[in-house]
Amino acid sequence: MSVLVIMEHGASGWNRMSFETLAAGQQIARELGVPCEAAVAAAPPDELADKQLAKAWLVEHPLLEKYTPDAYVLAFRQLIDKTKPTLVLLPHTYQVRDFAPRLATALSRVLVSDVVGHRIEGGQLVCVRQLFQGKINADIRFASAAPNLASMQAGAFRADKVEAGTAPVEKFTPQIEAAQIRTKPLDVFRESARGVDLNSAEVIVAVGRGIKEADNLPVVEQLAQALGAEMAASRPICDSGWMPMERQVGSSGQTVAPKMYVAVGISGAIQHLVGMKGSKTIVAINKDAEAPIFEVADYGIVGDLFQVVPALVEEIKKAKG
Amino acid sequence: MKIVVAIKQVPARDSLLRVNGNGTWIQDSDLNYEINEPDAYALEEGLQLKEKHGGEVVVLCAGPDRAAQTIREALAKGADRALHIEEDDLSAADPLALAKLMAKALESEKPDLILTGLQSDDYGYGQTGVILAELMGLPSATIIMSVEVNGSSIKVKRELENGWFQHVEIPLPALLTMQSGSSKLRYATLMGIKKAKSKEIKRLTPGDLGGIAAQSVKLERIYLPERTKKSQVFDGGSPKEAAAQLVEKLKFEARVL
Repeated sequence: MSVLVIMEHGASGWNRMSFETLAAGQQIARELGVPCEAAVAAAPPDELADKQLAKAWLVEHPLLEKYTPDAYVLAFRQLIDKTKPTLVLLPHTYQVRDFAPRLATALSRVLVSDVVGHRIEGGQLVCVRQLFQGKINADIRFASAAPNLASMQAGAFRADKVEAGTAPVEKFTPQIEAAQIRTKPLDVFRESARGVDLNSAEVIVAVGRGIKEADNLPVVEQLAQALGAEMAASRPICDSGWMPMERQVGSSGQTVAPKMYVAVGISGAIQHLVGMKGSKTIVAINKDAEAPIFEVADYGIVGDLFQVVPALVEEIKKAKG
Repeated sequence: MKIVVAIKQVPARDSLLRVNGNGTWIQDSDLNYEINEPDAYALEEGLQLKEKHGGEVVVLCAGPDRAAQTIREALAKGADRALHIEEDDLSAADPLALAKLMAKALESEKPDLILTGLQSDDYGYGQTGVILAELMGLPSATIIMSVEVNGSSIKVKRELENGWFQHVEIPLPALLTMQSGSSKLRYATLMGIKKAKSKEIKRLTPGDLGGIAAQSVKLERIYLPERTKKSQVFDGGSPKEAAAQLVEKLKFEARVL
């Protein structure tokens, strides 16, 4: 009976979402009245020793040094068989999306992915996750015996809530044979040097699907000009080639936190929100009053952007004199 | 090369969604449906691979009768034939139960490559493909941008976070989940639409495939998210009035102008 948090550590260090999930694990373990343990593969020892945990597992094997889904499934399945947790929590990272569904299947379970909230009802965990790109929430309950598995979305819990303390650190060496690993990881690379650093922009105007066509972009560019802002975009706009990839904000693009972020025609899928919700003031313009972007917006206008944006440009020019 | 592309029919992206009376699902009777967007890119990749390397593209789709429309569109774009797991109500199937039906349907197909989108626009579990790979004993890679076939293996470009990518080499047969935007989507030609009418859609029921397995996870209730942040929304009056109100707030309250 425990909560096991599987954390992520790679070539560039800890994935920051790991500590949000650790905070979630500590909190949920307390609410369920069970101990919390954490595990990480191929990480430097002792980095978890100062956290409040019943145990910190360092999962070590030469075949875990470069991530492969096959090795990770084998390793964590063996750890779960050994430690018999009630609940296994993982950060909802790209790597977790790659191996955790396989891990759950190997255990004849279903991972509840992309969890944004939770509550305990009758001693049982109810997970809240998003449907339809964040437009609808759903309560999900586990219907099978332990171990149950869930992955936590970025921002659902706060990394600064991780409780400090002490953790006995133990090494765990799984049985893995090279022949069991079918995929071969090759080079990790970036497409091109970034010409634009959106991080240094004080004001960003970002455009999404609502713009409908590339030819309509000047409507939003005028707003950026009036505000002295850098232009950015949500993923579909960059995918369509209407704006360069280097201006993409979101989980696969840049993470920004300017003084003001104006989202125009962006509905606010979670993948976009994680890249901009740290902005100081967020303004949203969208035709759908239920769009999730209004969840994070300080100010919003519900309406047709093709009417609202030109009106806004005029008002800003007046206000700036 | 035999390529299976698993696709799903979902409510159109711009649908205004309403929760049904008992909170079990959305009101779906008056919605328009379309192919799940990442699945459209999986189909495109499959068709391009077939054009380069020859072979066959088989579409696999689980859904009610109306999903046949989306299947026809895939056939019109160039897929050769289809398997339709037909069931009006798949709400009792969790991702594992669904993948089990799909694995059973593919048992006799022995594909070299299975492609699907990285996640669906409706449930968004992002897991069905990966689970299917585990059930079928195939290696997998997720969030793939491009595929290069080198004889009995493939080299794929996998998207990582923060603008990073990785190449991965995988022996065939294998399963990949495709990212949106990896290539330009084709339209069906008139000739393609005409040809699609005579292409085979094999209909299977969950009963033919061993039935729907008991749920491991249960969707209890759906609802509109509560606003946790108090946003000031200007939605009355003319665009000009709304713009003026917003600018006043930005200037005097947020002090960002």
